[in-house]
Amino acid sequence: MSLTRLLAISRKELLQLRRDARSLYLAFILPLVLLVLFGYAISFDIRNIRMAVLDQSRTPESRELIESFAGSGYFSVVEHLETPADADRALGSSAVRLVLIVPPTFSADLAAGRGAIVQALLDGADANSATIAQNYAEAIVSGYSTRAVARGRRVTLPVTAESRVWYNETLESRNMIVPGLIAVIMSIIAAMLTALTIAREWERGTMEQLAATPVHRLEIVIGKLVPYVAIGLFDVALALSVGVVLFGVPFRGNLLLLGLLSLLFLIGSLGLGIFISAAVKSQVLATQVAMLATFLPALLLSGFIFTLATMPIVLQGLSYVVSARYYVAVTKGILLKGVGASVLWQDALAMVVFAVAGLAMAIGVFRKELA
Amino acid sequence: MAQPTVVLSDLSRRFRDVEAVDRLTFSVGRGELFGIVGPDGAGKTTTLRMLAGVLRPTGGDARVGGVSVTRDPEGVKRHIAYMSQRFGLYTDLTVRENIDFYADLFRVPADQRARRLERLYQFSGLGPFERRLAGQLSGGMKQKLGLCCALVHEPEIMLLDEPTFGVDPISRRDLWLIVHEMVAAGITVLVATAYLDEAERCDRVAMLHAGQLLALDTPEGFRRRLTGRIQTVRTSAPRQTRDLVAAHPAVQHAVLFGDMLHAILDDPARDWPDVKSRIASAGITILEEAAGEPSLEDVFIHLVTSAPAHA
Repeated sequence: MSLTRLLAISRKELLQLRRDARSLYLAFILPLVLLVLFGYAISFDIRNIRMAVLDQSRTPESRELIESFAGSGYFSVVEHLETPADADRALGSSAVRLVLIVPPTFSADLAAGRGAIVQALLDGADANSATIAQNYAEAIVSGYSTRAVARGRRVTLPVTAESRVWYNETLESRNMIVPGLIAVIMSIIAAMLTALTIAREWERGTMEQLAATPVHRLEIVIGKLVPYVAIGLFDVALALSVGVVLFGVPFRGNLLLLGLLSLLFLIGSLGLGIFISAAVKSQVLATQVAMLATFLPALLLSGFIFTLATMPIVLQGLSYVVSARYYVAVTKGILLKGVGASVLWQDALAMVVFAVAGLAMAIGVFRKELA
Repeated sequence: MAQPTVVLSDLSRRFRDVEAVDRLTFSVGRGELFGIVGPDGAGKTTTLRMLAGVLRPTGGDARVGGVSVTRDPEGVKRHIAYMSQRFGLYTDLTVRENIDFYADLFRVPADQRARRLERLYQFSGLGPFERRLAGQLSGGMKQKLGLCCALVHEPEIMLLDEPTFGVDPISRRDLWLIVHEMVAAGITVLVATAYLDEAERCDRVAMLHAGQLLALDTPEGFRRRLTGRIQTVRTSAPRQTRDLVAAHPAVQHAVLFGDMLHAILDDPARDWPDVKSRIASAGITILEEAAGEPSLEDVFIHLVTSAPAHA
């Protein structure tokens, strides 16, 4: 091993990168574009759910309940219905997603302290938003009951569970998404960055010349890795800044720990890219393989959006070989929970394994030899 | 021959079921300018790649600078400079960046760099283009840059694969001047070429055909191998003339080079008038004729067409 030769490879790689618009775009623009795009596009927060009301009570109490729906910001009352049949039509035509029915006995039941019942009909065709709407509706009704009790109306006080959400108090889905998104984007970008490096040299005929020099293959692989590790760390820092500044994601943990684990993750992913590049020796194919090997697994099997624990056992098993899985856990853990090494050590260990494996595969498959 | 520095013994390379290089055995002496000639597919590139340690032989061995290419291909690389047929430098790096890169790879000491760079610029004339991207150089200048990068570590042995391929005649002459200078400086040069006129410049020439060594000799020795004499003739109907001439019993071979027919006769003074009269009686006009010295091309074609193993 010679540092001179290793650095010569790194310097050459940077010079080439500087003059290649496509690589510059891939290294510095694409991660930001993806982050902003996904950050804004993926949101599970639902606002202004269109709802209709069938108020059969027509009392100040019922109007107060309806007001609290409209005033919550989560719902907008777009229709007042006359008959129960209207409810069917309104939901069926997708004009509204929720119909609130206040029965004629509402006020009387309240006054008698019997406990009043209101009905919410939900459009279950979109199960996800229906669940969210249901949760919102229950929260609003529960808030109304509490106020009713406080005002001294004798209502049989139900046992209420008061839940508090930790780590993401406002349940902003953006807070959940952005840290994982950074991990997913970096795993794609990292593999794509290095997927070109070795294949390009084979395709352009520069590898044959390089192979005839005393440079060791370790020096080539590490030398090519170094500049991309630096770029990758820069990208992570950039993405974090955008996440915190633009999306208001909290940063509660240790920056140094995140940097260190990011470094491990990048070595593994960049190594994977070099491995692919050296194995297929074609730029087009290497890009496709790198995309296939990182994009879908990182998106689906990393726990970024889809909860791993509820997946079929086979997919759960597969997720253990997706390095993004550990990095998603790390970014979420450090940003949202502020946890440290004592919690993340297993993920850190997995990332060490991936880093070593990525490097070993890259060095193992790369030969300074024509076939 | 001086002390041998490149020694091939039964060096072979098989690709699937094609024997690209078939049991090559020869030696190249220190400081020799050695040509490897043959048509495309003869095995020139494969041979040089194996000598450069970038392609593993499937049989036999070669020692380059005393190092075996099968046992220590990496060890070979300190002794050699290899210039591939296809331009192998970085087109998106400047002239200077390419040279510096190769100087780094060979760990050229810092205190020697300025002197070597100056010398390389001197013979290549690339100094004024130092900051130009290699991809924007002309074909000839690219090859000169290739030589500069190859020479920056002062190799003992140079392996050049068709260095003048696709290069204009002026640059071709320049490149050969540089090669001769290298040989004068004591470097052993193995050069593959498809141009037989270039092979005439070499001390010795190995003729390859279908992966096998057809013959090895000095250019002068090759010419002496032709028993007959060359008679060239240009006529109004070259192909018809060739068929006529080749059919004549006194003619060993008749080959067209463009529209110039080269005929080999045992004794042109005795037999040529009769051949000529046959051409004339076929109604063909003779435009130009001369008695010529045989070129390596004549010898090569003679050897290929009369080689018993050739099938």
